[in-house]
Amino acid sequence: MKENPLRSRKAEWLVTLPSFLWLALFFAVPALIVLAFTFHGHTANGGVGEWSLSTWRELVDPDYPAIVWNTLRISFEVTVWCIVLALPCAYAIARMNTKWRAIVAGSIMLPFWTSFVVRVFAWKTMLHPDGWLQTCYFSWLKVKDWLFDWLPGFAQNFLVWAGFASNAPLDAASSTILDSEAAVVLVSVYSFLPFAIMPIYTAAEKFDFSLLEAARDLGARGFYAFRKIFVPGIRQGIVSAVLMVFIPAIGSYVIPQMLGGTNCVLIGNKIFMRAMQNRNIPHASALAALMAVSVLVPLGIAMYWKKRQDVKASKRLERETARLMVGRGAAS
Amino acid sequence: MKRSNFSAVVLGIVLAFLYVPILLVVAYGFVPNGVSMSFFDASGRFIGFTSKWYSQIFGGHHAVKALMQSFWLSLTIAGLATLVSCAIGTTAALALHRWKDRLQSIHHSLVYTPLIMPDILIGISLLMLFVAANVECGFWTILIAHVTFCVSYVAMTVLARLQDFDDRIVEAAYDLGAGPWYTFFHVELPILLPGIVAGGLLAFTLSIDDVVITSFVNGAGTNTFPTYVSSMTKHSRNLPCVFALSTLMLIFTCALVGLSKLISRRQPQNKTAKGK
Repeated sequence: MKENPLRSRKAEWLVTLPSFLWLALFFAVPALIVLAFTFHGHTANGGVGEWSLSTWRELVDPDYPAIVWNTLRISFEVTVWCIVLALPCAYAIARMNTKWRAIVAGSIMLPFWTSFVVRVFAWKTMLHPDGWLQTCYFSWLKVKDWLFDWLPGFAQNFLVWAGFASNAPLDAASSTILDSEAAVVLVSVYSFLPFAIMPIYTAAEKFDFSLLEAARDLGARGFYAFRKIFVPGIRQGIVSAVLMVFIPAIGSYVIPQMLGGTNCVLIGNKIFMRAMQNRNIPHASALAALMAVSVLVPLGIAMYWKKRQDVKASKRLERETARLMVGRGAAS
Repeated sequence: MKRSNFSAVVLGIVLAFLYVPILLVVAYGFVPNGVSMSFFDASGRFIGFTSKWYSQIFGGHHAVKALMQSFWLSLTIAGLATLVSCAIGTTAALALHRWKDRLQSIHHSLVYTPLIMPDILIGISLLMLFVAANVECGFWTILIAHVTFCVSYVAMTVLARLQDFDDRIVEAAYDLGAGPWYTFFHVELPILLPGIVAGGLLAFTLSIDDVVITSFVNGAGTNTFPTYVSSMTKHSRNLPCVFALSTLMLIFTCALVGLSKLISRRQPQNKTAKGK
């Protein structure tokens, strides 16, 4: 047999080189430049100064940790909302027949064929202070306030400390939804929700629904079966969904820029501000490095988890379902 | 057996949630008052729809000149970025599929990492590169940036297609005396084409929609459609034009997707006809 000429070392380099060079030059090298800039000071005229650790020292500035924390907290909130909404949606789609599945799954992605900026802008007009969403928002605030009063003191203090709630009395004039954190969360959920539904739906499609029916036959009620059988069965999909929402939420820039005003400045906005307006390149670089870490840590955890899970997943699910079925059967 | 309706209700609400802004985009394309963006006058009376924004777009009105310019620039950049990233992305996928050595594992992480990095990090690092290299930002820097983030998406899409690729076909071509170039263009490329087209479509949508990366590397005065729109939102009387143009784009993409669905529905029959 003639030797495959494409298997040679020379051919490998030839085929690899275009993408390798391009990405090395325009992705890896710039990342290293950013990293190098974080170890420089900045000069008054907007340039990059001498090698020093001053940039990292200046990051302790009370402004920055608060922004990093807010970004993580808002990304967390957005992720929780997306998963909570995506789970029943994916379940409902996966239970449809093949024809309807394709139609509904397609129509979930359809809004994404209009420009992202235009959609965010449509939200901006909808969140106008005279609009009906403003009324809804204020009622939600009142409900939240009422719920908050029911909590014990230490829980209230914790929520206030972490930034999830505020002690200030409600005031209709100052609680506009536009330029608030709530607007950023709402529109982020709107933007990222399809990316949460899709991976969960893909996992749910492969899920064996007869397991649920078996659980119900054995006496598990609807929600119990959903929680104990369906959710563990589609764990992989949920983890992908969390990453698909959390990572872009951390890197969010347009939404807080257009809807958050000065009340909701996230890392992304601060990076842009430092790089383009203040011309403080080292600070922008250091914030970018922090953002990269906030993205890579959850990703690393997920990958580690997945590696362990791949081996165990199928066996454990089998064992747990069997145990549950036996237990339920014995109880009924 | 009783099946819970709760999930169906949630799905209905979510679909409404996803579609309300789209309907609004379409509606705002017909809004009579471009400043208040309202269909009602000051006394709360309905004042109807207008098609004047559409006639401004088609008539080349001077007020929408910059908007249309940015729109054509977006199309040009998206088209060029798609072509370049398809070429580079396909070679990347071929290399990743065919060889499994140390070089390819580095290559794989180079291709994979841009997918998980937030746009703003790619944007700022490219800006730093251009600043460090003293390059003036403009058309070419935007194009380079767009190709950079599109390559990975194309490579991954083509790589997925290569998973079901029967490598023996290539071996067969060599045994029959075909050279590497001939084999690539006459055997591999036709089989990979659907994957390349899918990757290209993805690249095109990402490129035409990108605002974050572009706003870092566009320099002064060069605006693509998304960056122009986001600069317009602060003070402009021509916002309904943006919505009208978006409606047109939506109709166009829907038609395109409908068409591709029709073609792909025909595909399996062709395959069986060929006896594959």
